Amino acid sequence: MTRTTPTAAATPVAIGVPVAHRGFCRRLLRKPLAVVALGYLIAIVVVTVLAGWIAPHGSDDQDLAQALTGPSRAHLMGAGELGRDVLSRLLFGGRVTLLGEVISVGVFAVVGIPAGMIAGYRGGWFDRVVLRVADLVYAVPVVIILLVVLAVFPNDETIAMVALGVLGAPSLARVVRSATQDIRDELYVRAAVVAGLSDAVILRRHVLPRLAGPIIVQLSLFGAAAVGLETGLGFLGLGVTQATWGTMVAEASRNLGEQPWLLIPSGFVIITFVLALGLLGDGVRDASAERFEPGRPARRPILRSIAPQRLLQVSTDNSPGAQDELLSVSGLSVTFAIDGVDTEVVHDVSFTLRRGQALGIVGESGCGCGKSVTARALIGLLAPGGEVTAGRVVFDGIDVTAADRATMRGVRGRRIGLISQDPVSGLDPSFTVGQQISEVVRRHRGCSQQEARRRAVELLQMVSLPDPTAVSKTYPHQLSGGMAQRVGIAAALAGDPDLVVADEPTTALDVTVQAEILDLLRTLQESGVAIILVTHDWGVLADLCDRALVVYAGQIVEQATPTTLVAAPGHPYTKGLLRSNPRFGVPGRPLVSIDGVVPAPGEWPAGCHFQDRCPLVTRQCRVGPVPLFALARDPGAAGDDRGEHGVRCVLVDHSVSGGARV
Amino acid sequence: MRTLLGRWLLTAVPLVFCVTALTFVLTSLVPGDAARSILGISATPEQVSALNNQLGLDRSMPAQYGRWLLDAVRGDLGTSITSGVPVSQELAERIGVTLSLILGALVVATVIGVGLGVYSAVRGGWSARAVDVISLLGLAVPTFWLGLVLLTIFAVRWQVFPATGYTAFGDSPVQWFESLVLPVVTLGLAGSAPVAKQTRSGVLSELGRDYVPALRSRGITERSILLRHVLRNAGGPIVTVLGLMVIGLLGGTVLAETVFVMPGLGSLAVTATSSHDIPTIQGVALVFTIVVLLVNLAIEMLHAWLNPKVRS
Repeated sequence: MTRTTPTAAATPVAIGVPVAHRGFCRRLLRKPLAVVALGYLIAIVVVTVLAGWIAPHGSDDQDLAQALTGPSRAHLMGAGELGRDVLSRLLFGGRVTLLGEVISVGVFAVVGIPAGMIAGYRGGWFDRVVLRVADLVYAVPVVIILLVVLAVFPNDETIAMVALGVLGAPSLARVVRSATQDIRDELYVRAAVVAGLSDAVILRRHVLPRLAGPIIVQLSLFGAAAVGLETGLGFLGLGVTQATWGTMVAEASRNLGEQPWLLIPSGFVIITFVLALGLLGDGVRDASAERFEPGRPARRPILRSIAPQRLLQVSTDNSPGAQDELLSVSGLSVTFAIDGVDTEVVHDVSFTLRRGQALGIVGESGCGCGKSVTARALIGLLAPGGEVTAGRVVFDGIDVTAADRATMRGVRGRRIGLISQDPVSGLDPSFTVGQQISEVVRRHRGCSQQEARRRAVELLQMVSLPDPTAVSKTYPHQLSGGMAQRVGIAAALAGDPDLVVADEPTTALDVTVQAEILDLLRTLQESGVAIILVTHDWGVLADLCDRALVVYAGQIVEQATPTTLVAAPGHPYTKGLLRSNPRFGVPGRPLVSIDGVVPAPGEWPAGCHFQDRCPLVTRQCRVGPVPLFALARDPGAAGDDRGEHGVRCVLVDHSVSGGARV
Repeated sequence: MRTLLGRWLLTAVPLVFCVTALTFVLTSLVPGDAARSILGISATPEQVSALNNQLGLDRSMPAQYGRWLLDAVRGDLGTSITSGVPVSQELAERIGVTLSLILGALVVATVIGVGLGVYSAVRGGWSARAVDVISLLGLAVPTFWLGLVLLTIFAVRWQVFPATGYTAFGDSPVQWFESLVLPVVTLGLAGSAPVAKQTRSGVLSELGRDYVPALRSRGITERSILLRHVLRNAGGPIVTVLGLMVIGLLGGTVLAETVFVMPGLGSLAVTATSSHDIPTIQGVALVFTIVVLLVNLAIEMLHAWLNPKVRS
């Protein structure tokens, strides 16, 4: 249900039914199935009411010569016991079922709707009583109560149907109650209260129309169930004794051996009638859902990793340091389907990583600049809707962008571990920490359950959790954020990976815990594990990383060692980031934030992506894509060919001599 | 565990009181004089009042109810008006049939419902629409009609299974099984529709949660993610639906036992209703209510087992 939004509060509101209510019928009429269902129900009602005029025979007219025969010219739907015409009996019998339907649904509505509305609107003791009664009635075996009623009042279907309505009403009251609660606090209802209208008027004129959708859904569902019960009672011979849809099924059951056809007409009419009620209910539900949530996103396939783009042969790189090279990303572009439109979120990202090296990816926090997406593309785990559209990721000779699922399962966890941003939600709430880690251990080592448990405790000890045995027996909801992140790291390390991708691992944690987690990552790196750290924190970057990529709006805008970046940033964006960072602020001077926001994917300007926020923007920035220019060799780099200082800015090209494309 | 039991008792006790009191009040509304209908029209007024006194019918309604309740606690539910057999004895003889039916149908509905739900959640496409169609049909096709159709096909035409009747497990396990197949399938098919629907929506929403990509990133297989992690987390609401289904099945057994002529509680309730055998119908209502409550307890315990937050 919608809640009042701040924008709605700002606009003047007329007292009355909101505009949203209008057009409901129109939306319903646009649902062909619901229209057909409604038409069918009306048709059934009309022909049964007119049975006396249109039925070819009387309900009890006998034609003994034709007893128990199939469809014929004399009896279009065949004839039953004593040669009574099936079609005519269906028409007359429908009156009983429909009357029962009207009684039970009527009682259901008359008791349930007011009770639910008052409970939801007023709250208090009445509300508690309604809820309690609904709880109790949920557990009452309805059919048995109806049998008790019929034992007392033999064959009195009216009383049985009233009882059915009463027994069903509390569940309707519960639905109406919660819908009323949603509406109660809306602005137009409160405006009506302020205007001095009485509760009765408010409920009838302002609340009830809004409840129409859920109520009709409940009525049609209950109506469907009531038809089933009414015909069931008829079948059991406990309802009225004349011809009804239910007694006709009973008649068929007595003659199954001779004329099984008799099952068909009565069964067909019951099933289609209930089906029509169900479809009408579905249609109403959908139509009333649409009015509150326009433009529902289309469902996307869920179980889908990266689709293999093309099967590239992995080339052997002969450049210096290739033996050492663990990961090579070249020209990586990723698109996401956003509102059905494929939108590029990462554009042409390239970098390499050697064993034991730590690489930082830095950018504004929480922006759409593509840090996290890049990190996830490395292990082939983009969120649904994401796709690698260009470039490739080669990890230790395996082309991640083209590998099949089995290969990737051998890479994930075993070769590359992922530490996610939100530690608690990354853990399955239903299993203990120990169970979850040992599952990963077993998956990658194929060892015994006990061995895996032992290893899990070892891993928990490795990430410096106090009393690892006790922690292994706890559930995720019992952990603090810091503990959960250590558990997340332990799980990422369970397969002994060569590379750990940490996606903002400290964002959700408080400062002291952050430092401890970073210590842990440093220890990890010292033990020879390569790390890719996604962060927005310069301090973390400078502390831990050998190299850093500054990303903005899907592109690498600068790459260098953290020292170089801090001491001699080349890109205006990097400079802006540093100026706005308290860590590098000068006491007494205000921090300067970068004006504007990161453009959303799909709204990137032609030319430099940073142009709209750049203080130094020139006309040339808007001309066309800006390449990554190499500055003089980065003194902080370890000496391989990718170690240079690269900057994606036209000003660099002009202001620094010897600038060359990377 | 103790709080769980306590909370259960908090619903169970009032419910037993409500249902028994309700049936009692209803039955006291019987038009006419019970003693006179037992003794016949020729009885003298003295005989009638003597019997009324003997049956306790001359006392106030609360007093009668109190006495019935006291007797019921001792296991005495009165005597069937039609057969003269103690009601509790009749119930004990028949409950096995009904429980076999319900448990069998529960298994069938769980296997079909959960299987179809998971499959359609993962595959989507035609199977998702199939779940929609099946749930609509499950709502629309009456149990007794479905039972008759299965009976016509498998018992009358092909004669694969016996049409009607029940063989006790002790007499012949094979025949016991055969006699149960058709009614169990009938009830199970009807019950599987809401289970499939709940399973699909539960699995879909669990697949969208953060622990799923986290598990994938650790190299856990899709199979384990789906069957071990996702299904377990989606399990709570599925268990609730299964519980509601069992409660609905109690009504279903009344019809299925009549269709397949099985000597269970449901068919007993039907004959008792048509012969106005009030003590018997009261007894069946009590047993059904107790079964419902035990099912609710089982649901609570399963929830606790599935969800560590409920447990602690």
